[in-house]
Amino acid sequence: MRFAYYPGCSLHSTAVEFDISTRAVAPLLGIELVEIPNWVCCGASPTHQRDSILSYALAVANFNKAELVNEQIGVQCASCYNNLRRALFELHHSDEIKKKVEKVAGLDFGNNVQVFHLLDVFRNQIGLEAIKEKVTHPLKGLNVAAYYGCLLTRPPEAVAFDDPEWPTSMDDILQTCGATMVDWPYKTECCGASLALSRTDVVQKLSHDILKMAKIHGADCIAVACPLCHSNLDLRQKSIEKKFAENLELPIFYYTQLMGLAFGLSGKELGLDKLIVNPWKLLEEKGIGSKKS
Amino acid sequence: MARIGVFVCHCGENIASVVDCERVAKISASLPGVTYATDYKYMCSDPGQDLIKSAIAEHNLNGVVVAACSPHMHETTFRKAAQQAGLNPYLCEMANIREHCSWVHDDHEKATQKAIDLVRIMVEKVRRNHPLEPVRVSVTKRALVIGGGIAGIQAALDMANGGIEVVLVEKEPSIGGHMAQLSETFPTLDCSQCILTPKMVEVAQHPNIKLYTYSEVENVSGFVGNFKVTVRKKARSVNMELCNGCGLCTQKCPSRKIPNEFDRGLSNRSAIYIPFPQAIPNKPVIDRDHCIHFKTGKCGVCEKVCGTKAIDFDQQDELVNEEVGAIVVATGYDLYNISMDQPNDKLEGYGEYGYGKYPDVIDGLQFERLLSATGPTGGKILRPSDGKEPKNVVFISCVGSRHNAKGITYCSKICCTYIAKHGMLYKHKVPDGNAYVFYMDVRTSGKRFDEFWRRAVEEDGLVYLRGRVSKIYEQDGHLIVKGADTLSGVAVEVEADLVVLATAIVPQPNIEKLFQNLGISYDEYNFVTEAHPKLRPVESSTAGIFLAGACHSPKDIPESVAQASAAASKALILLSKPELEREPLVAKVNEATCIGCFYCLRACPAKAITEKEIKNRAGEVLRKVSEVNPSVCTGCGTCVSVCFSNSIDLEGFTDEQIYAEINSVIERMSVIQQ
Repeated sequence: MRFAYYPGCSLHSTAVEFDISTRAVAPLLGIELVEIPNWVCCGASPTHQRDSILSYALAVANFNKAELVNEQIGVQCASCYNNLRRALFELHHSDEIKKKVEKVAGLDFGNNVQVFHLLDVFRNQIGLEAIKEKVTHPLKGLNVAAYYGCLLTRPPEAVAFDDPEWPTSMDDILQTCGATMVDWPYKTECCGASLALSRTDVVQKLSHDILKMAKIHGADCIAVACPLCHSNLDLRQKSIEKKFAENLELPIFYYTQLMGLAFGLSGKELGLDKLIVNPWKLLEEKGIGSKKS
Repeated sequence: MARIGVFVCHCGENIASVVDCERVAKISASLPGVTYATDYKYMCSDPGQDLIKSAIAEHNLNGVVVAACSPHMHETTFRKAAQQAGLNPYLCEMANIREHCSWVHDDHEKATQKAIDLVRIMVEKVRRNHPLEPVRVSVTKRALVIGGGIAGIQAALDMANGGIEVVLVEKEPSIGGHMAQLSETFPTLDCSQCILTPKMVEVAQHPNIKLYTYSEVENVSGFVGNFKVTVRKKARSVNMELCNGCGLCTQKCPSRKIPNEFDRGLSNRSAIYIPFPQAIPNKPVIDRDHCIHFKTGKCGVCEKVCGTKAIDFDQQDELVNEEVGAIVVATGYDLYNISMDQPNDKLEGYGEYGYGKYPDVIDGLQFERLLSATGPTGGKILRPSDGKEPKNVVFISCVGSRHNAKGITYCSKICCTYIAKHGMLYKHKVPDGNAYVFYMDVRTSGKRFDEFWRRAVEEDGLVYLRGRVSKIYEQDGHLIVKGADTLSGVAVEVEADLVVLATAIVPQPNIEKLFQNLGISYDEYNFVTEAHPKLRPVESSTAGIFLAGACHSPKDIPESVAQASAAASKALILLSKPELEREPLVAKVNEATCIGCFYCLRACPAKAITEKEIKNRAGEVLRKVSEVNPSVCTGCGTCVSVCFSNSIDLEGFTDEQIYAEINSVIERMSVIQQ
């Protein structure tokens, strides 16, 4: 199975461990990821706030580049995924928008491009059976809260591959990897997203609620599929602990890192050293891995 | 010699705004076989019809083409008019220049040309029409009602009172349906049981009603006026004649932990049980899936305690045949179970609301049972988890309904009003409690319904919050309901003790199998489709089968009753005739050329074809040919297309006519191309 891989800016910078673990796990499941040569911004954040046509034009630029590799595009960053899928939706549903976008981009939009989140690919194309076959080091005793965030499944008409309010694909995959999935209500709550820069206090509150809720429901750690969620929950966890005078100590993994651990990959191969909240104490305690190995 | 009249209708502006009707009439007048042509603003109106009638007389017409709307709309109208003028009605045809032309085209010139072509085609057909006589069939003066809820009860009583013998089939052990489960009914707050149970008793005692409970319709064959129905009477394991309904068996039965369906799981019942105190018939039934005797062969307590020896463990399902002339479908509804286990891919459930996970998240019918004097709490509002009185109750509307992403797009219609009722009744019983309602829109349409919900807000103090609920979860013994109040633009969190979900109204599970058996059409949600959304709302797509109640769409009690009475009167009209006239547009076999391969016999979906022996004078069989029973034939034409020897034709749609119609267009096309 071959995908034109669109990492996006985060996976080349702040979320490099998401990229590393994705590239490590995908081939084990028979997925070939070929990075789209010279990909450009997906059109998220400032662009789509400012001008949706420009945002879609950037998407079309990426689609054109991707077509040279493959018409099926695989994405990991939830924001890139959301943006590319929404662009596709609008381009397919409005000739007027399509014409405008093609003019701005100076490119034609080919109708055959498909955009998948790799979580969808793992869950629905590769399937749980195939994943199960690869599990050599089950995540036994690890209580994981799967956190999907806001972008992965919403708006449903454009992006959803799972239930928009009660997604289960990450739960299914990690359960197959041997983890105990926590039944908790905040799967799709907002982490505060990019308000991190302008209203840090809001993000601290929202992210705190998520961390706290996971903890209350017995989670040892949280699995995510979005770089921004990750940075809000992981990078800011110390400041949240300080602000709310609480001890949370919840390692925040990318779901591919946990898959990799179950497949027997080392911490180094999965970029575990990049995490801010140290995961090793938990992993060693559960006998899942050790920093030295 | 054809003397055809062409009558072009403007349909107000519907046709005339796109098609030049005057020109269509003018050119039609010059078509071969046409003697007279004219146009008029409303051909279906009285003066319009008079125009046709007088033209028939004046010009001695022997064929009529009305260029107007779809024949579905007015074919009967114009054929009747032709008949009144002394013409055989089957010599009158319609050219559809509205739905097939003016409504779908913008270009005036091309649309006018097309309208002329459509007239040309029909003229060619009418030139080859010949007079037909309607097929007459006898009528069985009995009716079947499927479903014993309020709609089925009302339809059965109306027909029975009209002097018709009615067979009422109910799949549950008692009639009554969902209405029997309700507490009080909006907008008058009269007790549901008090107005329903007298009707149930009337059904049981009515000399014209034959009641089959715990029974299902297994098979239906035949056609309007002459249906043959097989009913499966499920084994009750209780001899209904011997049982006197004392109920001792239900008290002594040791298997008592079975969720009570009537209380929607809020209480338990025994394995031998009477569904509810006012049940009709008021006699028990053994639930064989849970009965110790049926599971292990032991126990038999009920048999021992029964004074009349009515327990019959060996009872078998029984198949009974009934013949009826009309059928009323009143199979009712179910509530969308929003837990995570769903019957099909179309529905996803609502994991975020925790229904099935948290005992204090319940649906509307469960709350009805809490409110009901015959319910598990005797009418006290006590929550299922710990039996405490909830002080904060949240009601959520549109759970499952009007939600594209979750599978059901329609509005369930009755919820807005019953939520107002729920909140109101709750406040009457718990005056110091708080009732919150999350809503999308308040759609309380119905007589005095809007006043009713205003009363709930203004007098009883229900708090309405416009917004959806994103999730419900348990925290410190409360249910946290997270939602939005979009009118003030803030996120809302309510610490609730009980949450009541107004889940979507859906048809009964797997009901489509019955509908397929009946041969009636249904929509993508499995609601029965009516014959015409405005003008034939209680008729199904199949003649002689009528519909009533929530099997058609979500409905409240007044609407279900009104529809049931309408369906009953439609059925009575049908059954009041000594014999039925059917359209003679049926297949006809040319016995001289039929080779007797009987391919048609196997292909016929209506089972209208039989083998016929051709005998000589000495009575010896020479050969066999196919024969069509015109009272069964539906005129679908399948036999015509499979016939090897070209020996079958469909009256009104003969090969000769169809080819002439096609040729008339092809000829004109070739003229244009040259």
